[in-house]
Amino acid sequence: MDIFIQQVVSGLATGGIYASLALALVMIYQATDVVNFAQGSMAMFSTYLCWSLLQAGLPYWVAFVATLVIAFAGGILIERVVIRPVENAPILSIVIVTIGLLVILVSVAGWIYSYIQKPFPSPFPNKPIKIGNIVFGAHDLGAIGITLVVLLLLFLFFRYTTLGLAMRAAAQNPTSSRLCGIRVGWMLALGWGLAATFGAVAGMIVAPVVFLDPNMMGGIQIYAFAAATVGGFTSPLGAVVGGFLVGVTENLVGTYVSFIGTELKMTVALAMIIIVLLVKPSGLFGRSFVRRV
Amino acid sequence: MARVGGAALKTAGLALVLAVACALPFAMSGFRVFQFTQVLIYAIAILGLNMLTGFNGQISLGHGAFYGIGAYTTAIMIDKWNIGYGWTIPVAAAVCLVVGFLFGRPALRLEGLYLALATFALALAVPQILKYFEHWTGGSQGIVLSKPKAPWGLPLNEDQWLYFVTLGVLIVLFILASNLLSGRTGRAIKAIRDNHIAAEAMGVNSALYKSVVFGVSAAYTGVAGALSGIAIAFVAPDTFDVFLSFTLLTGVVIGGLATISGAIFGALFVQFVPNWAQDISKAAPWAIFGIFLIVFMYVMPHGIAGFLRLLWIRMTRSAVMRGKAEGEVQ
Repeated sequence: MDIFIQQVVSGLATGGIYASLALALVMIYQATDVVNFAQGSMAMFSTYLCWSLLQAGLPYWVAFVATLVIAFAGGILIERVVIRPVENAPILSIVIVTIGLLVILVSVAGWIYSYIQKPFPSPFPNKPIKIGNIVFGAHDLGAIGITLVVLLLLFLFFRYTTLGLAMRAAAQNPTSSRLCGIRVGWMLALGWGLAATFGAVAGMIVAPVVFLDPNMMGGIQIYAFAAATVGGFTSPLGAVVGGFLVGVTENLVGTYVSFIGTELKMTVALAMIIIVLLVKPSGLFGRSFVRRV
Repeated sequence: MARVGGAALKTAGLALVLAVACALPFAMSGFRVFQFTQVLIYAIAILGLNMLTGFNGQISLGHGAFYGIGAYTTAIMIDKWNIGYGWTIPVAAAVCLVVGFLFGRPALRLEGLYLALATFALALAVPQILKYFEHWTGGSQGIVLSKPKAPWGLPLNEDQWLYFVTLGVLIVLFILASNLLSGRTGRAIKAIRDNHIAAEAMGVNSALYKSVVFGVSAAYTGVAGALSGIAIAFVAPDTFDVFLSFTLLTGVVIGGLATISGAIFGALFVQFVPNWAQDISKAAPWAIFGIFLIVFMYVMPHGIAGFLRLLWIRMTRSAVMRGKAEGEVQ
């Protein structure tokens, strides 16, 4: 039983990371109907920037916040420069452009920082926390905490600020929003900026666990895809719940189903994506739309 | 008159390309011949992916998986059962046809982006699966093969023989593809891409077409994988990673979405550009691939083949116009 609880908690910790990245994917999907395949590599790149800031001697939390600001600006810049020209192009073109972005970011990171894995510091103490008989990693608990704080801030932003309302309006009905005087293009760019920020949070939390490396987000992005699919690509709440669900499932399957272990992790994610798409394509919380012909 | 001239010119052009392709292996060193064999192999795989993505509009980011399955089918058959090289290629095609068809079946319900997601996950999962069945696949070590020698006492070395085998397979597959993609079937395949609801209203069995195209596309890529396993004489799981899928996608985009000849241009690009770029930095090839992917989407969405076709139309049209104008003056 103790092992079970321990595994659930560490599943929640990785789940928080998937949730942040899935949330980033869902935000962009809601606003522009695009799945951003470069989301993971944008997060990876932000984490490398944070590493550079730390190397320059900044304290952890200063570097953390600075990275978030840079990631936000970078996300906006990418939307304006790279995505905007294909905004109204067919899905295939947009997918190809985001794939292009992915390989550019991975190779530039490899170019600048080399492909050798780097350790990344955790802001939380190294010693485990013991509650009763069960041992929790401090980083795991911290990761869950950070994820929850970020989610709360996001909820407050979208629920109670005018800008948040404008962004939701722009995503839901661009034409009417434009008539109300909302600058829809800029709202989309803001969405990309926010998504990049969440990605950066996910990257900085996961880097102490998986080590910093240009390909570090590949597997995590697949799990974030799985999380967004489970929760439904049209629902931010779904992405969060999906993230935690997928994280816990991954850990429990890895622990208790002996033939899977860690070697078939990607296959588990693939199976989850396909099963959800077949059984309930809109996900747990998503809405399905009826299209007019 | 201009039409007849165009067709004759096209035939002459094809004959010239074929003659150059046949002369190539006698004019170059062994390593260059091997590189051009690789170009032909890529061209087959890229044509396969283009059938699915360019012509039928189903986005696959995971065709490297089928390439790997084809390569492993061949390698396991040769390594474990000592079966002749030639027989393994049709078997690899059949295995990939079935796997592709079976993957394409549920994928029918996944539109656009969701299919891209599922195939992306497939591309990441396959290397792990290959490592997992260590008994068959040799795990991370892979399987080492030996290159086949030319039969019937032909005066060709191993590289030249493989080149001609690949060229033969390529010609057959290109003719089949061009027949499949023209006429009634081809129109149906393209109609599904452009508007599947309208296509269904016209009586096209969209589900059947889509899963068959998925199967055929996977089979083409599987044949390419089988040939590459034989040509390199080595297969290992990590060579069939997600970046192989991106390489094939880059080939499709550079060569030209929904074009048949584009596969050759795309294959030349993905084979030779990284070689040159590697001199700059180990990371440079992918930076260049990425930049080309994005820039082509902005300015040349139909790739090199589409650009050449446009150029050809402009030239012939202006020639026809000039002819007309002269006729009027007289």
